[in-house]
Amino acid sequence: MKVRILVSFKDSVLDPQGQTVKNALHTLGYDGVREVRQGKVFELELAGVSEEDAGKLVPEIAHKVLANPIIEKYTWQVIKD
Amino acid sequence: MKFGVVMFPGSNCDRDTFHVLKDVLGRDTVFLWHKDHDLRGVDTVVLPGGFSYGDYLRSGAIARFSPLMQEVRAFAHRGGHVLGICNGFQILLELGLLPGAMLRNKGLKFLCEFVHIRVENARTDFTRAATKGRVLRIPIAHFDGNYYAPEGVYAGLLRTNRVVFRYSDADGRIAADANVNGSMGSIAGIINDGGNVLGLMPHPERASESLLGSEDGRVIFESLIASRIAGKRLKK
Repeated sequence: MKVRILVSFKDSVLDPQGQTVKNALHTLGYDGVREVRQGKVFELELAGVSEEDAGKLVPEIAHKVLANPIIEKYTWQVIKD
Repeated sequence: MKFGVVMFPGSNCDRDTFHVLKDVLGRDTVFLWHKDHDLRGVDTVVLPGGFSYGDYLRSGAIARFSPLMQEVRAFAHRGGHVLGICNGFQILLELGLLPGAMLRNKGLKFLCEFVHIRVENARTDFTRAATKGRVLRIPIAHFDGNYYAPEGVYAGLLRTNRVVFRYSDADGRIAADANVNGSMGSIAGIINDGGNVLGLMPHPERASESLLGSEDGRVIFESLIASRIAGKRLKK
């Protein structure tokens, strides 16, 4: 099974890279872009794991390793081929 | 007294730190390899600057899982002295031995320059040879040094006097333009609740010989030595 985890800054944390991208988009005339948040994507291939097991395993991995819970949040989903 | 300097793949200030402790200050010093499980009887562990594991994932995020760091964590919980410099500070944050996290510098640039930091608390084992308010001229070299802590954690640091260094101007004034990386409260270094684990972003090992432009960094190592000689830990 494949899962995709998206890690990004919490709303309360300033994201200067996202801000810079937003400013660049405004410079190019994309004035309608109100906000940009930059993040990281991880794809994990899990062997011998049921969807139910993944529901425990993936948050554990995301919380312990992939995200720093002090500044980052995450979402995840199973990728269907 | 015996110092141990930890080497991770990607550490690049390990030899400088070793040189200052061993050759400049004349102290027994050994290297500690990140894969080992043995602290080799050291009294003080120094986590040096650099880019452990290439800064992959987040600065310090992978180093915290190395075998030796589990020993360092236990050592710190027993009250052993741990000094984290730059990447070493980032590792201590990721490990949870110090509170908070590092964000990218406010200007999104890698900063490599001399800065001034003010000693905010001279009643620690890492600063007892200095005086409160003393301004130190020490270089920084980092991309992720913009200190952040959730509001309650930050308030706790202030309440318990655990901000040890702040970025200042040459006269010791705390000002927005002296806060080079945008850190919350101009924080350059903090200490843990037990007073035995300190992290700072500037590099005292690069400012410990007049030949290199400043000797101000020595006071941190000399404080640790003085603390050891005095044989007791100062209460914060």
